Amino acid sequence: MEENRSAILIPETAKIRVKDFNLYYGGFHALKDITVSFEKNAITAVIGPSGCGKSTFLRSINRMNDTIKGVSTRGQILLDGKDIYGPGVDVTWLRSRVGMVFQRPVVFPLSVFDNVACALRVQGITDRTLLSDIVEESLKAVDLWDELKGNPKQPALSLSLGNQQKLCIARAISTRPDVILLDEPCSALDPIATLRIEELMWTLREKYTIVIVTHNMQQAARASDYTIFMLDGQLVEWGPTRDIFTNPKDRRTEGYITGKLA
Amino acid sequence: MKRSQNERVAELTLSLVALGSLGILTLITVFIFKEGLPALKEIGLWEFIGGTRWVPSKKIFGIFPMLVGSFMVTGGALAIGIPLGLGCAVYLSEFSSPGVARLLKSMIELLAGIPSVVFGFIGLTVVVPFIRTYFGGPGFSVLASSIVLGLMILPTMVSVSYDALRAVPESYRDGMMAVGATRWQAVRMVILPSARSGILAAAILATGRAMGETMAVIMVAGNATAVPESLLDPVRTLTSNIALEMGYSAGIHRQALFATGIVLFFLVTVLNLIAHAAVRGGSGR
Ligand SMILES: Nc1ncnc2c1ncn2[C@@H]1O[C@H](COP(=O)(O)OP(=O)(O)OP(=O)(O)O)[C@@H](O)[C@H]1O
Ligand SMILES: [Mg+2]
Repeated sequence: MEENRSAILIPETAKIRVKDFNLYYGGFHALKDITVSFEKNAITAVIGPSGCGKSTFLRSINRMNDTIKGVSTRGQILLDGKDIYGPGVDVTWLRSRVGMVFQRPVVFPLSVFDNVACALRVQGITDRTLLSDIVEESLKAVDLWDELKGNPKQPALSLSLGNQQKLCIARAISTRPDVILLDEPCSALDPIATLRIEELMWTLREKYTIVIVTHNMQQAARASDYTIFMLDGQLVEWGPTRDIFTNPKDRRTEGYITGKLA
Repeated sequence: MKRSQNERVAELTLSLVALGSLGILTLITVFIFKEGLPALKEIGLWEFIGGTRWVPSKKIFGIFPMLVGSFMVTGGALAIGIPLGLGCAVYLSEFSSPGVARLLKSMIELLAGIPSVVFGFIGLTVVVPFIRTYFGGPGFSVLASSIVLGLMILPTMVSVSYDALRAVPESYRDGMMAVGATRWQAVRMVILPSARSGILAAAILATGRAMGETMAVIMVAGNATAVPESLLDPVRTLTSNIALEMGYSAGIHRQALFATGIVLFFLVTVLNLIAHAAVRGGSGR
């Protein structure tokens, strides 16, 4: 019965299919029977009140919760039909397929170049010309190359916060992943830098499957194709963003997006 | 009312203490220079530093062998203590569980509390015979001193670089994990480079400790006043030179020992300057 419901709900062609996924922090049930899918070349926004499990869910998609003590999971997350929690899955490979960007830009006190190149070196790429080609390509893809004026050797920490976040996106796409996960990527940025990142996501959408967690309702409404609303570890409602925001089926969703449920 | 008075008293006391220690420091410096400079004048700076023979009975005072000795022994100690200490710190900070790390770190810090004469004694009864048996020579040697000093600088090296590694934001580790890095790759590519100014500070503190240590070195170094030709030869350091002869020296001999102190003073000052520059340069980036 459960199985059947899942099969009906999620299209087989979706890039990522999540089936009855559960996650426990020790005895705490943080994600409850999540079933949802993420489409290719689309931006999916994940919204919900603080502590509802958005970050936990996002971190499940590249298995960042693995190293947290006491975490256990049940259910499946399929990337191109392959269960990423299945046996024999190499997390280094998985994370080259699924890039991640954090709330505060994670910029290392190295050069801009090394900030991107480290992701490639982890994947075993050491050839210098190949490295610099890919770094340049990644920086161009996030519109940072011109601002650097051709000098990727400058210290990354001297960039503005908005550009630091772009740099993080460049690192995340340097391995040519299929999926990019962004956990409140704009919450540390000013409105203009936020808009830049949104524009950037819109161009990246051509190539990637994008999942973004956001607390900003306007952002979810204007910059996503699909929206997922979560509450207390459960998925309450998901669908095309326009439907969720103009015609929510669940009262709780309506309450949240209209600000009645904080 | 009362409170501000108390505060004023505390402030006054503290400034007195600070001024007092500054005063004592100045006095010591002035004293060393006053006692030592006449010898430098009489012997000649160049003869003193460059002279390869030290024969107080014939009024020949050249500290070149001790200068070389201090550098060799310090270098040897660093060659042993830095990799070991850094390795320990990386293990404790990045690989062991927090509980184990706290336990091991406090144990290593206990090492710092062991009096140096005990280190010397262990060197004398374990390291020296070991070297004599397995490597040859008298056992009292550059190598023995380096090993003993290498162990003595471990606590400094471990605890300062551990703190530097812990000060690296946790988000760097998450960031590296997110690109698929193993713990070791994260350490190598990001965590060590991020902590480098702290690690450098640890190394320089350790250098100062190694350069200044006297007792333990006297016990295992052999203290011959010739330039050592190999790691198995006996050696005398600048500090040992002062400690060994101060008791019975007089006149120009005594002054020459103070002059040795002046040289040491400059070495340590230069070291400190380098340390400051390095730490500032490292964190500025
Ligand atoms: N490492 C952990 N150990 C135990 N519980 C955790 C851990 N991380 C998160 N939680 C709990 O899991 C729940 C979901 O946390 P999560 O960080 O996923 O929420 P979130 O929706 O991202 O919140 P926010 O909007 O504040 O970022 C919270 O109740 C939180 O307390
Ligand atoms: Mg979160």
